[in-house]
Amino acid sequence: MGSVGLNEAPFSESFTATRLDWVVNWARKNSLWPMPLGLSCCGIELMAMFGPKFDLARFGAEAARFTPRQCDLLVVAGTLTWKMAQAVRLVYDQMPEPKWVMSMGVCASTGGMYDTYSVVQGIDTILPVDVYVPGCPPRPDAVIDSIIKLQTRIQRETPIKDLVEGIPDYHDTGTGRELRQPNRVVMHKKKPQLPTSPIGEDSK
Amino acid sequence: MTSDMNTAVRVTASLDGIVDAAAIGTDHDGMVRVTATPADLHAVCAALKGAAGFEANTLVTARDHGAGEAQRFELFYQFLSYEHADRVRVRVMTEGDDPEVDTITDLWPGTSFSERECWDLMGVRFGGHPDLRRLMMPEGFDHHPLRKDFPHIGIEPDRLYRQWDEARRAEFEASEAAKGAH
Amino acid sequence: MESKIIEYRPGFAQSDADDPIHGETLPINMGPQHPATHGVLRLAVELDGETLASVQPDVGFLHRGKEKACESLGWAKFFPHTDRLDYVQPLMNNVGYAIALEKLAGVEVPERGQVLRVLLMEVSRIAAHLIYLGTSAIDLGAISMFFYTFKERENIYSILDAYTGHRMNNTYVRIGGVYADVDENVTGMLREFLEQFEARVDEFEGLLTGNRIWYDRNRDVGVITAEEAKAWSLTGPILRGSGVEWDIRKQEPYSGYETYDFDIPVGTVGDCYDRYLVRVEEMRQSCRIALQALDRLDTVKGDVLAEDRRFVLPPRADVQASMEELIHQFKIVTDLRLPKGEAYGCVEAAKGELGFLAISDGTSEPARLHIRAPGLMNVQAIPLIAEGRLLSDIVAIIGSLDFVMGEVDR
Repeated sequence: MGSVGLNEAPFSESFTATRLDWVVNWARKNSLWPMPLGLSCCGIELMAMFGPKFDLARFGAEAARFTPRQCDLLVVAGTLTWKMAQAVRLVYDQMPEPKWVMSMGVCASTGGMYDTYSVVQGIDTILPVDVYVPGCPPRPDAVIDSIIKLQTRIQRETPIKDLVEGIPDYHDTGTGRELRQPNRVVMHKKKPQLPTSPIGEDSK
Repeated sequence: MTSDMNTAVRVTASLDGIVDAAAIGTDHDGMVRVTATPADLHAVCAALKGAAGFEANTLVTARDHGAGEAQRFELFYQFLSYEHADRVRVRVMTEGDDPEVDTITDLWPGTSFSERECWDLMGVRFGGHPDLRRLMMPEGFDHHPLRKDFPHIGIEPDRLYRQWDEARRAEFEASEAAKGAH
Repeated sequence: MESKIIEYRPGFAQSDADDPIHGETLPINMGPQHPATHGVLRLAVELDGETLASVQPDVGFLHRGKEKACESLGWAKFFPHTDRLDYVQPLMNNVGYAIALEKLAGVEVPERGQVLRVLLMEVSRIAAHLIYLGTSAIDLGAISMFFYTFKERENIYSILDAYTGHRMNNTYVRIGGVYADVDENVTGMLREFLEQFEARVDEFEGLLTGNRIWYDRNRDVGVITAEEAKAWSLTGPILRGSGVEWDIRKQEPYSGYETYDFDIPVGTVGDCYDRYLVRVEEMRQSCRIALQALDRLDTVKGDVLAEDRRFVLPPRADVQASMEELIHQFKIVTDLRLPKGEAYGCVEAAKGELGFLAISDGTSEPARLHIRAPGLMNVQAIPLIAEGRLLSDIVAIIGSLDFVMGEVDR
């Protein structure tokens, strides 16, 4: 891609826009307010992470509000069962954009050691996930490391371009499984696509 | 657990006339065991509570002997006496695939959740229970998971969630369509 | 949109047409996602103003099918699952399960193994009560307690990390004893922690016990009489707070508890404040027992694992040198069989009587494992003590009943 002059590029790729992108991303990544969804044992390590030794507040995640309406990072910590799945999905839908999801622990990432009739085999069957943290439970250091990884990823986002050109219809989960969410707040006029179930016909 | 000669004597004395002495024995771990039938279960429990002084129930559970057995489900009850510091176990063999026994929540209200769990996970009914519905699995789940013929990975575990999810998405679609029409 | 999974029972809301202001109750969902319900518990609450007209607990949001998992995994491979039952005191659950299996198998744990088990159990009890203190206090607004108690918990975690390799969910207990012996580093850390811990407890008490707000929020809230506690199968600090002097460590001792010198705190009124005092005193007594066990480690030497090769894995070096041990290793890992029969093993966990009913039919596949969780009984007692009280009391009640959903739902 050749160099583009200040006046020739589309606005979203211009110097101004990318600098604005940088500022917006910097603000967002350094003030990630987590929504702790501590479901089981990982919840205790999550609490330990908010505790005095592994203080998460140093990374800007000071306000762990327990209401989804005020948070931007959903931390699903612990085993998700199908009975609880509905509540978690509703919590995710209630979060306003921009929002990210961290799957803490192996139970949330893949179902963990529970290959049983009631456990969701990974929250990415119902939610789009941005970062997975393995461990049973992961050490708080590991979770902080993954929050830093998420921050690096947030820095690479392009909010101004999305504002100008429209948010793409799907959210890349990085696992190859795409999820369409009908309740996603969109800042453009494009209609969201009809969702298809990720456990689709090919799994039968 | 401390179950010894005194326990056996006390239990036999309290159940005199309700079950015969052959039904009282000792289990592998040394606990005194009373084998009851579904018909005399409530009388046995009442006698154990009143005459033998077992003030608390600690356990209500069931065991599935296998799908083909005639006497398929075996219920286990365990009681604890604080005064004498000992325990007793009552075992009941039931018939058929949908057994029903009397509830003991009138004697010990603390058995309410345990009996609901037995119904939910094993499919054993408790007649007279004030509120016999599923405890662990969601309402609308139509299997009894702890039975031996139910696979541990489950049968369509996401069915209820998908139902809800599809209904929700359909509703959203409809509201979007209504908005789009304006 | 009415959901089919989380649904109110029909006919729940009462409405009195003659008295439109006072007759109708407000159904509220203290849903599975709530900061103060200590895990995923749903309380379907009907409010009459601020008073609770009725409370219905709805559990099962963390039901992971552990009892079913045991049947497919086998006895030995179930130990990690027991950690995750009451996950604030993992080693205690391990020991309870091991006791049930040892009764079934007829295996004796050597004395040093017993001492280590007692030490690990008491440290776990301290950790569990610290969580109780921290979370109950933060729920009622005393936010600093959370940080103080979690700082102490971090000390415990460092010790367990050095000893067992993991901060929590350690899975360090085996049939026949403990996985491996302590070394001087760990005993040094333990001694350092335990010797300063009593002073810490005094600090916590200084913050809460005489505190007017704490007293008012907890005194005469959630009173459970001794008769109710016995009838509702409540055990542990709840039973003792109501005045019943029952502790399995004293009345039905296991793991050598009869040789240790400790007291049982017993309450009088049976309210949340009494349960708080009982737990704080239990922390002190646990510290006392743990120090005795630590001293005993200097004199009691020997193995920490029994030598029974039907159930206990041989040391790795022997497996590589001897054919017989190799065969034992193979058989234990792939085909561990316990004798036919049933055994009930229980421990005095921090929450109450944690029991495991293990039923074996002689094959390598467990016939049934039932986990008797004290938390389930505590949750079913919520309507008993919460109905008729104010909504804000329910937070104090939940905190003082101190259940952990991992064991309630299993």
